[in-house]
Amino acid sequence: MNRLAADDVTLGYDQRVIAEKLSVEIPDNSFTVIVGPNACGKSTLLRALSRMLKPTAGRVLLDGSVIQSMPAKKVARTLGLLPQSSIAPDGITVGDLVARGRYPHQGLLRQWSSEDERVVRESMESTGVAELADRYVDELSGGQRQRVWIAMALAQQTPLLLLDEPTTYLDIQHQIDVLDLCAELHEEQGRTLVAVLHDLNHAARYATHLIALRGGEVIAEGAPKDVVTAELVDRLFGMACQVIDDPETGTPLVVPAARRAGKRRGGAGQVTTAAS
Amino acid sequence: MPRAAGLVVSGLVLVAVAVASIALGARPLALDQVWHGLFHDTGRYADVVVGERVSRTVLGMVAGLALGLAGAVLQALTRNPLADPGILGINMGASAAVVTAISFFGVTSFSGYVWFAFIGSAAVGVLVHALGGSRSATPVRLALAGTAVTAALSGYLYAVMIGDDVALNRMRFWQVGSLASARTDTIQQVLPFVVVGALLALGLARPLNAMAMGDDTARALGAHLGRTRALGMAAATVLCGAATAACGPIVFIGLMVPHIVRSFTSPDMRWILPYAAVLSPVLLLGADVVGRLVARPAELQVGIVTAVIGAPVFIFLVRRRRPAQL
Amino acid sequence: MKTTQVTKTLRTPGGLSVRLDIRSAVVVAVLLVAALATSVVLIGTGDFEIPAVDVLRTLAGHGNAGQEFIVNELRLPRALVGLLVGGALGLSGALFQAVSRNPLGSPDVLGLGQGSTAGALVMIVIFGGSATQVALGALVGGTVTGVAIYLLAWKRGVHGYRLVLVGIGVAAFVTAVNGYLLTKADFVDAARATVWMTGSLGGRGWDQVWPLLLLFAVVVPVVGACARPLRMLEMGDDAAGGLGVRVERVRMLLLVSSVGLTAAATAAAGPVAFVALTAPQIARRLTKSPGPNLLAATCMGATLLLAADLASQRAFGADQLPVGAVTGVVGGLYLLWLLVTERKAGRI
Repeated sequence: MNRLAADDVTLGYDQRVIAEKLSVEIPDNSFTVIVGPNACGKSTLLRALSRMLKPTAGRVLLDGSVIQSMPAKKVARTLGLLPQSSIAPDGITVGDLVARGRYPHQGLLRQWSSEDERVVRESMESTGVAELADRYVDELSGGQRQRVWIAMALAQQTPLLLLDEPTTYLDIQHQIDVLDLCAELHEEQGRTLVAVLHDLNHAARYATHLIALRGGEVIAEGAPKDVVTAELVDRLFGMACQVIDDPETGTPLVVPAARRAGKRRGGAGQVTTAAS
Repeated sequence: MPRAAGLVVSGLVLVAVAVASIALGARPLALDQVWHGLFHDTGRYADVVVGERVSRTVLGMVAGLALGLAGAVLQALTRNPLADPGILGINMGASAAVVTAISFFGVTSFSGYVWFAFIGSAAVGVLVHALGGSRSATPVRLALAGTAVTAALSGYLYAVMIGDDVALNRMRFWQVGSLASARTDTIQQVLPFVVVGALLALGLARPLNAMAMGDDTARALGAHLGRTRALGMAAATVLCGAATAACGPIVFIGLMVPHIVRSFTSPDMRWILPYAAVLSPVLLLGADVVGRLVARPAELQVGIVTAVIGAPVFIFLVRRRRPAQL
Repeated sequence: MKTTQVTKTLRTPGGLSVRLDIRSAVVVAVLLVAALATSVVLIGTGDFEIPAVDVLRTLAGHGNAGQEFIVNELRLPRALVGLLVGGALGLSGALFQAVSRNPLGSPDVLGLGQGSTAGALVMIVIFGGSATQVALGALVGGTVTGVAIYLLAWKRGVHGYRLVLVGIGVAAFVTAVNGYLLTKADFVDAARATVWMTGSLGGRGWDQVWPLLLLFAVVVPVVGACARPLRMLEMGDDAAGGLGVRVERVRMLLLVSSVGLTAAATAAAGPVAFVALTAPQIARRLTKSPGPNLLAATCMGATLLLAADLASQRAFGADQLPVGAVTGVVGGLYLLWLLVTERKAGRI
């Protein structure tokens, strides 16, 4: 029995149903990545797993109990979330923001223990933002800011960590940066990570377990090398491609097929001629 | 083609509402009495009533047209479906200027108010647009800027009214918005402004269509952003200012009609503007007739009726949108 | 611009710990002293001037009979009403702004003031009610409006912007009703209503002090318990929820508190403009601390209202110009400045 699972859930906003009777298990100690085309329900599923969205039917189970019925702070000590959009309060420093991750461990009379201080320092060190502690969050670059938010989620000290598109809006080097950091957290600290990613190649390179969603249904799941095939890409995105070995890591790498055979060897001068 | 036919039907509806507006009221008239009053005025009591109701109806049509066009232009210009002269504070600008006119300049006639109302609404229009962040304005930002300016000006309004009994007595009737005090010379005075504003607005249909797709796209399509914005604000201000000066502040007409129109035309300003010009008077006159009928023998001012109808529509529109779109 | 925040942590051996932001604490203390000092001067101000020393002596119970009557029966309760109303408005403004995550999301912008006004106008115009009945009407009107806004904005939770915009819509509706009531009034009632609608401390006494104190006794513990979750809410609903905050419950408790505070303050003194909007903003600029700054905003509100009342009395004579007119004009100017600077910073 895995710690986090969605059991036969129906998910939707208002009358719009996004997924029906969906069941998903997150393998313990995995780095699970959810992929799929836009509007396939991948962020919705993550929101349900993190209890931000209540299923209209079915249940999300954390350690065997229905997540909605558990005390909020108890859940927050087990499962952390990096939402897609967070707001850094005006004029807050990096150190203060990361410290807010300690909230579920605190109370009215236990506001700032030496344990809190240690964990915050360690979280900042392991995400490489320790030297930014006194800087204002609004002054940072996008990549640095995302590291700070991850540090905050780490300070929560949860064995499970859910990340909703952690690489969106980042430059390519920062995307790799953040994903390397996630892989490190998974391998070295033994946390279970669940992330929604847009880029199938990133997913294939970093995930240990892949869940492919389309139209609210799981099309395939398993280790990337077993799952990522030309056939899957066709079913998910309706796109022809080759799947080759990533020369760096040996993981599957999706290379989209060129649409027109004549253009296969980069005739730069001809590219602009538009088909009618 | 069906859209053109729809416009003709809308025109017929307007005629029907106008006849109803002349016939109905504290003392209902039969259609032959209306006919008599309109074309064979012999000074009978019924003829006098018809005469009064005709001025009132014509004013309602002029003001309705002005408010509807102003609303449509503002919504397109700010890319903000919640833009309305009331929400954006333009009405309160006119109110504050009128109370100033009464209290500090001793102005008592409409011909005196109208210029103050213009200046007031123009100043607030420009101010709110600038404060809301002209380029990066979001619906919530503009609405807040408008409401905040309204709040500030209403403080001023009350402070003046406390110290000035004459102003208090005039303002409390003026600021609800009514067609009851319509007179022929009022109409003659606002008409030129409304005609100019309306022509300006109708002429902007194409550039406003381009602007609907974002500043950069509009520029790429060859629209002159600065000019369109300036002319659009000028049209909206002239239209709002004229309507407000003539009837007092009337809210939500400019908000509701463009939405109703968009629901059955495409989002094309070349259709939205003419439809708004025909249907806004229908709504305003309809509200006025309702106000006359529900509170007989007294009457409910049209500004109150439109607010009572319009506020739920506004809230419905807000609720329908997803948070990210606000 | 750069300030390092000095935060002191007090810990007991038993593992209990309390965090204290030194700068905020100093600001709160200074504002509190300022509010109290202003009250003393205010008590001394009026047709019958009393030097500050005598005011203090009288408050301690050593004044002469004449001074004692003026101070204890007339001016002390009035100053206390000012303190409490200002504090309530400052606190409720801070709560509203934090919950709506918008520096302009204050109860007076959202139509609670108009709602209270509607209740009061019904009492004045239709029933010709006494001062107490008018206050009750305002309390009911404000509360009903607050609940209506919350329910109309509810759609799988209350989103900050939706709350603000629905509030604006409701305000437009209620404003029309108020306008109608004013046209129905005879002239004397209309004049009375206009003074009430401006917001004034004139003639307020012990009758207003006790209900306000009672309200504070109820609301302060609730707000105190929600203050830490509220800080988390600043980072967005999902981030706060991820940290274990029951977002909707906290938000509802705080909105109810805020509506209660505004309605009670308005019932006591009328809709005094802009205190709720400006006090939290000024407080935040003084403490330079993120977070709702609830205590500082409360003290700032009290100081602002009393200072405005003092200014009005000194400049125009006792009870000539209602305090709401002063806060309206000063607040309006501040607001313009705020809109410009906040827009540049891209926060609204």
